[in-house]
Amino acid sequence: MNQKWTFHTILILMALIGMGTAVMRHLSAGTPFLPGQAKSVWLVEARVDFDTTGGPVSASLSLPDAHPPGFELFEEQAASPGYGFTVLGEGDNRRAEWTKREAEGEQSLYYSAQLVESDSDGASAAEPVFSSREYNNYWEDAQELAAKEVLGLARGKSSSPLSLTRELIKLLNSPSSQNAALLRSDTLGQAELLIHFLNRADIPARYVMGLYLEDARRRQILTPMVEIYTEQEWLLVNPKTGDVGVPPNLLLWHRGGVSVLDVSGGKNSRVHFSMIRQTVPAAQLAQITKSDSIFSRLGVQRLPIEEQSMFKLLLLLPLGAAVVVFMRVIIGLKTSGTFMPVLIALAFLQTSLVEGLISFVLVVAAGLALRGYLSRLNLLLVARIAALIVLVIFMISAFSIIGYQLGYSAGMTITFFPMIIIAWTIERMSILWEEDGPSEVVSQGGGSLLVAVIAYLLMQMPLFVHLTFNFPELNLVLLASILAMGQYTGYKLSELWRFRAMDDL
Amino acid sequence: MSKPWVSIRRLKAFGMLGMNCRNVDFINRYNQRKHFPLVDNKLKTKLLAQEYAVPTPGLKFVVREQHEISHIEQQLADLDSFVLKPAKGSGGKGILVVTGRQGDQFVRSSGVLIDITDIRRHMSNILAGLYSLAGSADVAIIEDLIAFDDCFLGYSHEGVPDIRIIVFRGYPVMAMLRLATAASDGKANLHQGAVGVGLALDSGRCLKAAQFGRPIKLHPDTGCSLSDIRISGWRDILLLASQCYDMTSLGYIGTDIVLDKFAGPQLLELNARPGLAIQITNGRGLLPRLRHIEHMSLNRRFRAEQRVDYSMHQFAEESSAAQSPDAG
Repeated sequence: MNQKWTFHTILILMALIGMGTAVMRHLSAGTPFLPGQAKSVWLVEARVDFDTTGGPVSASLSLPDAHPPGFELFEEQAASPGYGFTVLGEGDNRRAEWTKREAEGEQSLYYSAQLVESDSDGASAAEPVFSSREYNNYWEDAQELAAKEVLGLARGKSSSPLSLTRELIKLLNSPSSQNAALLRSDTLGQAELLIHFLNRADIPARYVMGLYLEDARRRQILTPMVEIYTEQEWLLVNPKTGDVGVPPNLLLWHRGGVSVLDVSGGKNSRVHFSMIRQTVPAAQLAQITKSDSIFSRLGVQRLPIEEQSMFKLLLLLPLGAAVVVFMRVIIGLKTSGTFMPVLIALAFLQTSLVEGLISFVLVVAAGLALRGYLSRLNLLLVARIAALIVLVIFMISAFSIIGYQLGYSAGMTITFFPMIIIAWTIERMSILWEEDGPSEVVSQGGGSLLVAVIAYLLMQMPLFVHLTFNFPELNLVLLASILAMGQYTGYKLSELWRFRAMDDL
Repeated sequence: MSKPWVSIRRLKAFGMLGMNCRNVDFINRYNQRKHFPLVDNKLKTKLLAQEYAVPTPGLKFVVREQHEISHIEQQLADLDSFVLKPAKGSGGKGILVVTGRQGDQFVRSSGVLIDITDIRRHMSNILAGLYSLAGSADVAIIEDLIAFDDCFLGYSHEGVPDIRIIVFRGYPVMAMLRLATAASDGKANLHQGAVGVGLALDSGRCLKAAQFGRPIKLHPDTGCSLSDIRISGWRDILLLASQCYDMTSLGYIGTDIVLDKFAGPQLLELNARPGLAIQITNGRGLLPRLRHIEHMSLNRRFRAEQRVDYSMHQFAEESSAAQSPDAG
């Protein structure tokens, strides 16, 4: 009895510490309890990697303007041990420069910027410079001819620089045009190709690199775009689709200057981006750098963005685990595999509920059919499961490709499911089918899916995403509740049905 | 005809043991993890039983490696009937019963004829771990077929009836007889559709019977009246069950015992996580009896005989009291 008391005291303490810390964090750091009360801030991290060739190293990375369209830069920093760092230039020509006398081996340089979404149109003041004329010279005769023809066609159908640009994109995209095909086979990208044409037509155009901002993405690269100068302003044109204007989630990273990245004293240089959306209240936004509060220092937000994206998912897991414990201990639902439902729920987070459900059921059903054949082959268990894993990967590829051809890009999302778990699920279900009949398969499979759906519904709620990420200490409360459920010795809900005969005896 | 559920208050009144309570208060508290392999592996149980002179079906031989399977017919040559089972199997899975021979072929208990390749495949599956709990590698046991006692004639479909006795700290606390049915496919597992017959601890006679969690009066296949069942030599059976506690040091176990026509009661297997359905077949919960034993000042030197006598006496009155309204 005494032991039980200590245990319960510890549980209550744990929950109180969790909640208390959360409240103190709220008061001292001002993190809001509810999502939506806050402004969203994009943390974008650029990582430059290269191998040194010996000797002094200098790397120069093009940076976004302080007011790129749709955003406002309010904070930037660089983290690169041993390097001198300066930001040069202004406006469209801002560049970050890292320099070091002696560097050896692989180098990684970080630049991170915090951007607030804003309504600024970020119009670029730069006057057009026709320096890009020199592009024109390296077309061969056949290409030259084709280009002339395409340009002529587009000119005929257009009346303004903008409409000419649109017509050009249409022509370049048209699969039937031989001229376009000839030009496209060149090593140039669509954006560069378009700029050639525009320059030929005496329309000032420049090469722009944009970054699509999506929450918790890693290893992103820049997307080439084109800006044309018309009626005293720069207009962004998507060279693939011909859409005009800056999409709301596109950050124009590189708008002027020569190149995105220049490295001297190194080779194999590349840059990629990680980003994450944070919710920060306006108050914190202003003092985020000055705040030396222990809470903001102990927050997950202080980690590199790549890790933060992972933590966002990781910190949701306790919620899923608690759901599984609740459904099994208190409700008494049967699931196949203890925590398989949580993994499925995680996959649903990446796909979306309906698509995820359909593709999961499809793969498992097809797998069961194939497993029926495998069981006749009289294989050893390990070989059978290995074969099943291969088959599952085949099936997933097939579904993705067929789905894509039919126009459902949703087919691709199947790949988010953990293959090994699926293979084991199929194996277990199949044995269950042989031994206890299809009804048991349906009851356990249905139970697993039900738990997965409930876990998914909770894990995708903005409130929980916000709370678990911004108040990681609340997971102590979850832990306490899981421990408490682990000591629950009362009846499961399902036992009220299971023992129903007791009333008749 | 009746509600699809029963209230928590009623369950408490019956003293029903729930799954959570069983796991936390009994299995976790009285069964030490290190002793689990003794009961999860039937071969270990059998060897241990032989050490303690607890009767079990005779062990013929064990197949441990795949290569032994290719010349297995030599070892089977002088066996007319035998039982082939996985050492780590659970819930009666993977048990192959051969009752006789017809030329080159073997007769299964269901009457189906199989040949040596079927037996080889079955052994291979067992060794690969198809029937073991986590799919881990396993060994195949070949043991004597039980010649089951005449007193069960007409009460079982194919399979051997067995007696499940829950033993708590060495004291038998509840018992039932499990009869295979067509629905359970010759297996004696209640959740697969076997009939469970609750047995009075003092006499071994039928209390109540249930199938699929519902009460029944007659065997669904043979139509024999279940309430006539009375197990003879009841005290010896309880004694055998009680000895399993000394053997394994597990505080809360289910013992599965079969009656052989010639050799008497035999220990078939032990279970460290015995099911809860036994309570339905007895029409009473386990909890009052478990708590009674738990709160007793246990004298470690009590031998099995004394423990059995105590249980038969202590839990007898309750049993007959539970039965009297039925009889009346």
